[in-house]
Amino acid sequence: MPARASGRLGKSLVSGPPLAYLLIFFAIPTLIMVLASFRTPGEFGGLAPLVDENGKFDVNLESYSRFFTEPVYAEVFVKSVWYALFTTLACLALAYPLAALIAKSSRKYRDLLLLLVILPFWSNFLIRVYAWMIILGPQAALARAVNGMLAAFGHEPVPLLFSSFAVLVCLVYVHLPFMVLPLYANLEKHDQALLDAAQDLGAHAWQRFWRITFPLSLPGVYAGAALVFIPALGIFAIPDILGGPNDSLIGNLIKQQFLETRDWPFGSVLSIVLTVAALALAALAAWIGRRGAGGGSFDRA
Amino acid sequence: MRRRSAWLWSAALAAYAFLYLPLIIVVVYSFNDSRLNAEWVGFTLDWYRKLAHNEEMLTAAGNSLLIALMTSVVSTALGTMAGVAMYRYRLRLLPVLVLTPIAIPEILMGVALLIFFVLLDFTLGIVSVTLAHIAFCIGFVAIVVRSRLAGMDESLTEAARDCGAAPWQAFRYVTLPLIMPGVIAGALMAFTLSIDDFVITFFTAGAGTVTLPLQIYSMIKIAVTPEVNAVSTLLMLLTLALIVIASRLSPTLFRSEQGGPS
Repeated sequence: MPARASGRLGKSLVSGPPLAYLLIFFAIPTLIMVLASFRTPGEFGGLAPLVDENGKFDVNLESYSRFFTEPVYAEVFVKSVWYALFTTLACLALAYPLAALIAKSSRKYRDLLLLLVILPFWSNFLIRVYAWMIILGPQAALARAVNGMLAAFGHEPVPLLFSSFAVLVCLVYVHLPFMVLPLYANLEKHDQALLDAAQDLGAHAWQRFWRITFPLSLPGVYAGAALVFIPALGIFAIPDILGGPNDSLIGNLIKQQFLETRDWPFGSVLSIVLTVAALALAALAAWIGRRGAGGGSFDRA
Repeated sequence: MRRRSAWLWSAALAAYAFLYLPLIIVVVYSFNDSRLNAEWVGFTLDWYRKLAHNEEMLTAAGNSLLIALMTSVVSTALGTMAGVAMYRYRLRLLPVLVLTPIAIPEILMGVALLIFFVLLDFTLGIVSVTLAHIAFCIGFVAIVVRSRLAGMDESLTEAARDCGAAPWQAFRYVTLPLIMPGVIAGALMAFTLSIDDFVITFFTAGAGTVTLPLQIYSMIKIAVTPEVNAVSTLLMLLTLALIVIASRLSPTLFRSEQGGPS
């Protein structure tokens, strides 16, 4: 009896402080933001008073209806989904050979090769964006080579920086490690005997890949897709720094609502739509992943 | 077979080049004797000298270090508790609260905390940024600590209890020393995450407070100068050092196969 009582005391002593902190500085702020999405923006930013001079409560769906009725916002949202989708697929194409190679290499080099993938991820995010400003800059070798070639064919020069191209390249660059890790975790568990058996039965290399390796790796693919897609969907710094005027994504729209137009309710609606969309797609990926063959690699990601 | 692995190697090599070339270019041009980050002119340390006299940058660096230090101390304490609690007890709410900040888009947490602080009339600045950083670092520390606990022999703690140690004593003298490498690795990780954070800081810092990433952001919005390369290089060195130490302390930290005792 005393042991159980002290166990319960220990439990609340250990879990209480982090629980309280996260309730105050994560759960409650998120809840307030959800409530703010049903309010009217204040005259000078922030929110209008909860009860106006006529005693009427300020609760409405105006910001939601604005998002769903004005096509501009749906367009930006769809564009963001396309950018995130492209990023996910490009990361998959780049990450697959890399993950396969690491999974195939001997134990001695495996950790080093993996560390080499993660290391750039630990350098500051803005530095990684800035690097592309240098590479794609108008006076850098790449832009001069590309425009030199274009000129040879009688084309006008194109700017590489401040373009959708710059945004997409950098999105892929920043998110690549998120795809490599879960893919590797999955590929590493594959049984070589399956591939040997397929070879004995006469399957070509590409048949072995498409009919054995790839289907078995799907849980890793979906986990990586979720890890790339979610952050890529909400990004605002990359279009802000590298993009042109037409590269505003949903993240930029959110930033604008909070720091420029100061329309909190609409900014909250955009943040909620973003989060719900991202989590729904991630849940979908997890669900498909779990249904797929050889599941269970999702939690290892 | 041979042809296939040659193909794999070249594809992987290209991917590694893609990962590293941009960072190498940033570092190399920080020593370049030219205002333009376009071609190599000659070696110089001028950009580092300029940096040493850049008051704004020094203030930003001081703020960043202070915030990262406070964040790592508090989030390590809270994150260790959360990691232990999640490992020992069947909890429902805590794991959700610990893991969601990691799973949702960062910008959501940034704007939610901005609304929260402004509604409370809480002055935006170093304190609000630190409170926000702690909130997203707890989860990372908790994950590292929990994976360390998972690789530990639980019977050691039980033996201590059987020998008459109070729960607190068993934790303090047996469990804590055993998970210490994980705790320190978590602290270094929190420090790195805090000093590198841009998005959440961007929303919670207010107009008057600058951190290193915010300073870098406003500099590159105006112009590309090798001074940014110099500060980037220094920041990369600092992060690299911290990460190497953290991975030495917790070998499972950067391995995707977690749980097994190493």
